[in-house]
Amino acid sequence: MNIARSHVLISIDAGTIMAGARGVQAELVEEIKKKGLSGEVAVLETGNLGVTGMGVVLVVYPEGFYYGNVTKEDIPEFVEEQLLKGRLVKRLLLTQAPKRFIIRREKMGLTKEQPRIVLKNCGFINPESIEEYIAAGGYEAASKALTAMTPEEVIGEVKRSALAGRGGAAFPTAAKWEFARKAPGEEKFIICNADEGEPGTFKDRLILEGDPHKLLEGMLIAGYAVGASKGFIYIRGEYALSIERTEKAIADARSYGLLGNTIFDKPFGFDIEVMKGAGAYVCGEETALIESLEGHRGHPRNKPPYPVVSGLWGKPTVVNNVETLANIAEIVRNGANWFKQYGTPKCAGTKVYTILGHVATPGLIETEMGTTLRDIIYDYGGGIGDGKQFKGALVGGAAGAFLGPDMLDVQMDFVNLKEYAAALGSGAILVMNQDTSMVDMLKSVLHFFKHESCGHCAPCRLGTARLVEIVDRIADSEAKADDVDRLLAIASVMKDTSFCPLGQSLYLPVSSCLKYFREEIAGS
Amino acid sequence: MNLDELKAIREKAKKDIQLRQKEARIKIVVGMGTSGIASGAREVLRSFVDEIAGRNLVDVMVTQTGEKGFASQEPMIEVLEEGKPGVIYGNMDAEKARKVVAEHIVKGNPVLEYVIETS
Repeated sequence: MNIARSHVLISIDAGTIMAGARGVQAELVEEIKKKGLSGEVAVLETGNLGVTGMGVVLVVYPEGFYYGNVTKEDIPEFVEEQLLKGRLVKRLLLTQAPKRFIIRREKMGLTKEQPRIVLKNCGFINPESIEEYIAAGGYEAASKALTAMTPEEVIGEVKRSALAGRGGAAFPTAAKWEFARKAPGEEKFIICNADEGEPGTFKDRLILEGDPHKLLEGMLIAGYAVGASKGFIYIRGEYALSIERTEKAIADARSYGLLGNTIFDKPFGFDIEVMKGAGAYVCGEETALIESLEGHRGHPRNKPPYPVVSGLWGKPTVVNNVETLANIAEIVRNGANWFKQYGTPKCAGTKVYTILGHVATPGLIETEMGTTLRDIIYDYGGGIGDGKQFKGALVGGAAGAFLGPDMLDVQMDFVNLKEYAAALGSGAILVMNQDTSMVDMLKSVLHFFKHESCGHCAPCRLGTARLVEIVDRIADSEAKADDVDRLLAIASVMKDTSFCPLGQSLYLPVSSCLKYFREEIAGS
Repeated sequence: MNLDELKAIREKAKKDIQLRQKEARIKIVVGMGTSGIASGAREVLRSFVDEIAGRNLVDVMVTQTGEKGFASQEPMIEVLEEGKPGVIYGNMDAEKARKVVAEHIVKGNPVLEYVIETS
């Protein structure tokens, strides 16, 4: 095997493809050939490098230099200087390279770097190579679970890790698995919810694009623990690259015997299938997702019975988020105690966030649970930028909460934020500076809900329509005297009476927005 | 797939990604300025990479730098090791590179006859 002296990893994800990554990649390969460096320098595809909004992004190893906004025209200079002569092309260099580690704040204010958990391989290995995943320790956890542990022991380990669902609801993962394991029935299913619909959230997409095998391994372990032999990944139809890479990963895993009828010489079989969603927000709700998987319209079901008892085709079904399942392999491999050293006592582990809006370096980050909003914005996001002031942040997507400046130093985790009547939700952090109009923000959130309301129940169907009318009046400076109170009253009724979380969750953004910015909204 | 097969794949593929792990104990920096390249720095670099891969030295990283401003001594390389002064070698070629790996990198004895400077 020819060992290259240098690896150029080019980020191929939805954002960089739009910026012309494929063209840059072709040009790079061509130029390297022209300069006679073909055997020495390897050009490899990888997932998102933790940088967004910076055009085509490359990283050069072993030095670990990050380049951004690279165009085809830059390639001859890049190859000549960086790859041949080892000189930096400073004008393209990203000075604030994304953190390959999470920063841990020990007592006494010391900082310490720790390896990432979920994003460990993202932007580091080639997501289309099962060999690279295995070389990075992949499928070791699955082999440990299947050959040396009973399903109960696997559930016990996950339970001790206190892993909570990362989709937003933070339900204990092990409890879900246990219910499904104990539910009567021969046939059971594992569903991965990759129908990431929350505006501003794209973490699951980047996990799938950057490290699809990590998800497959998590599902395989979940299947073994629950006693399921079939898994489905329900991916948003728009996520073309996620679907492509996940399907390739499944095919590779099958050909290596990591999916199929007997795995690791055990009489346990498991297979996974990708299903495409059609981009309805409500299908992120687990029962609506199941309806959609069955081929019906994506309407939520009555609960109970919960899916763990009666889910897909009436069989016990576990529905887990992508990020949740991406934690499983590392927990099984390293043990629950290892996992619990990260995060807060009530909320273990890390959280993957997409940070966007008015920050200097938007992107994909992973931090410990309990990291404050201030650290996320100023440490990972590079600050507000343009010398502007922080005004607020919308955390958790459209169904999330607006946070004002007084929340900057609150430890962010699922449990703690609940005490402040906020939620971590899906992990999108939209940062807004002083110039942002909160009326416009609220307007776009409410329009989104009206568009996505499925029409199944009256409170949501009618409520979202009325809310949009009111917010439009406010935006047009034609508000009536009690319009602001009316917003809150309608949202409150919707919270109490809507059939599913879509209508219920709208109260949070409305109430939190009014809590911080009532004067601005009432005054416009 | 069984456990042994998994291990075999892991060992085989590991080398490929090691380069990206940056846990190098020793760094070999090859001067790749115009004069360095003209006097054969590419062959020297290639020789280092092959030798290190061949000997399975997982904690040694080879990288390149620009002109060092000492053109008459090119190709020049520098061996950097944590906690020790850097050692600069001059007038290198592929053969000398192999010797530096065998003596300096593996055994820890700098090859004094090629050394032109320490830093």
